[in-house]
Amino acid sequence: MTLLRVRDLAVARGGMRVVENVSFTLDAGTALILRGPNGIGKTSLLRTLAGLQPSVGGMMEHAEDAVAYAAHADGLKPALTAAENLKFWSSIFGGGAVGPALAAMDLLSLADRPAASLSAGQKRRLGLARLLVTGRSIWMLDEPTVSLDAHSVALFAKVVRDHLVAGGAAIMATHIDLGLSEAETLDLEPFRAQPGQMSAPAGFNEAFA
Amino acid sequence: MLALLKRDLVLATRAGGGFGLGVAFFLILCALVPFGVGPQTEALRPIAPGILWVGALLACLLSLDRIFALDHEDGSLDLLATAPLPLEGGVAVKALAHWLTTSLPLIVAAPVFGLLLHLPGKAVPWLIISLLVGTPALSVLGAFGAAITVGLRRGGLLLSLLVLPLYIPTLIFGTEIVRRGMEGGDPITPMLFLAGISAAVVALVPFAAAAALRVNLR
Amino acid sequence: MSIWKYANPVKFMRSSGAILPWVVAGAGLCTIGGVLWGFLTPQDYKQGSTVKIVFLHVPAAMMAINIWVMMLVASLIWLVRRHHVSALAAKAAAPVGAIMTLIALATGAIWGQPMWGSWWEWDPRLTSFLILFLFYVGYIALWSAIDDADSAADLTGVLCLVGSVFALLSRYAVLFWNQGLHQGASLSVAPGERMSAVYRYPLYLSMLGFLLLFVALVLIRTRTEIRRRRLIALQAKEARA
Repeated sequence: MTLLRVRDLAVARGGMRVVENVSFTLDAGTALILRGPNGIGKTSLLRTLAGLQPSVGGMMEHAEDAVAYAAHADGLKPALTAAENLKFWSSIFGGGAVGPALAAMDLLSLADRPAASLSAGQKRRLGLARLLVTGRSIWMLDEPTVSLDAHSVALFAKVVRDHLVAGGAAIMATHIDLGLSEAETLDLEPFRAQPGQMSAPAGFNEAFA
Repeated sequence: MLALLKRDLVLATRAGGGFGLGVAFFLILCALVPFGVGPQTEALRPIAPGILWVGALLACLLSLDRIFALDHEDGSLDLLATAPLPLEGGVAVKALAHWLTTSLPLIVAAPVFGLLLHLPGKAVPWLIISLLVGTPALSVLGAFGAAITVGLRRGGLLLSLLVLPLYIPTLIFGTEIVRRGMEGGDPITPMLFLAGISAAVVALVPFAAAAALRVNLR
Repeated sequence: MSIWKYANPVKFMRSSGAILPWVVAGAGLCTIGGVLWGFLTPQDYKQGSTVKIVFLHVPAAMMAINIWVMMLVASLIWLVRRHHVSALAAKAAAPVGAIMTLIALATGAIWGQPMWGSWWEWDPRLTSFLILFLFYVGYIALWSAIDDADSAADLTGVLCLVGSVFALLSRYAVLFWNQGLHQGASLSVAPGERMSAVYRYPLYLSMLGFLLLFVALVLIRTRTEIRRRRLIALQAKEARA
């Protein structure tokens, strides 16, 4: 079953096209890893796919309310405990139970600690545990392994693999090899936007060029 | 939606949430005025309704930038935008949380601070009613201003510049109610105008605020 | 051909460039002519020579309101039909409108001092113009505060919409708040004209002059802004090539 279909997608950052003509499909049980040098537009592509910014060309299809997005900021409130943070996102997304999510990322012992007292890596794990309580099928992850140690990366890889086995899908931008043998890789370099061939303006100022 | 309201209330009341700062600011403002205009009842009484309303309005302004700025910084706003609840509803709930944590304490404190300014007793019920009716409009308009300035570096000052002119009609009718109540006039007419403004603002402005938020997220 | 074709930047530059010299010439002639003619009118039996300020005051006040209306229309066109020139025209008009409001307020104060005996009165009309000025300032400040061009256009458009409603609302709230001592409208379409023809015709000329002056300024400012945007876009393109 295809969860996400993307055809000829063009994405802009700061009013300029960065990648264009991106096409791929994401089936249930598969993962796609985005690669490419800094500034190629991995983050912009993920934000566009998540519906946070408009695309400037092409089309994409996925079921409504299917996407869980996780980026550099984890959306955690320092004044709330780890469990409270997860409970909030669980009730907002109408998703799964908090306990198993904490257990999956090895956070049970920290459940009642305020998020302010967690280390960077622990916060990151909590932010990733949030994916489990959203109950959504397509995970869109922007550098999910930042500030994780080797043990936590393995823990996270297992969580992703379980998600895929359960019929979910993931698309992520990462430089670390997660050891996901089933994952395909998409190099964005060939899709770098070529200046000059402009069909529609990508930003306000380009309308006058 | 209820979860969002609950979280915002908990965040505001826990340590570091800034709960009560608005009331403290309101108190200082009401205490400063007599130093400026003199302690005589004749000097204070006529301006008491205006000072109380302007004070409440400024105290309300203080916490406006917190409505969205913190959620924007820690990424919660991105996650809320991808959540199943409509952003318009999210804006309305966050404005409601602001009203409960900032405006409601001001309304409770206003009659007490009215004593400092020699506000006559028969004006007190009108003060409370006018604030109850008018402050929801202040919170929602503030949420609109906060949504417009959420991504900006020096958003705070700009926020006041954008929001305060929008507060003028509310302020005019609000003080008029108290003044007429104090002087034995007819407070019902301005009350109807104020209720009309408040209802229209609460019903319509969240849509404009959500549109501004979406622009700021992309 | 549809009227929207003129919103195309290239077309706009060409057509506005063609009419601009005529508009500038007309604006200069009518404004100077109207104000000079107004200055040569006889003194009013009640208001003396102070009446002559009316040839600046009334056209400026008229434009102060109309420019905001024009900005509202331009913002709506941008928000609904996404014509980029329209957003820039609204941006270009705002400072002109703010200056017109300031002229109306300043000339009003200068006229009011001998007439009412004070430089400022919290009269509904004066107060409304002061509030309008605040809205202009907020709008201009928002444009200059946002770096991203698309966001700036969208957010100022939304602010203009909401601001228009509240500017109108404030107008009536202020009327409720203070009934005022400002004299009635200087010009009226109703029968029983209040102003004699001696004053009326120079006033008409001056109003036409201010209108043309506004059109000329907005065209120049919009053209400058378009060229600036074009420059930014071309430089960005060059940097990537």
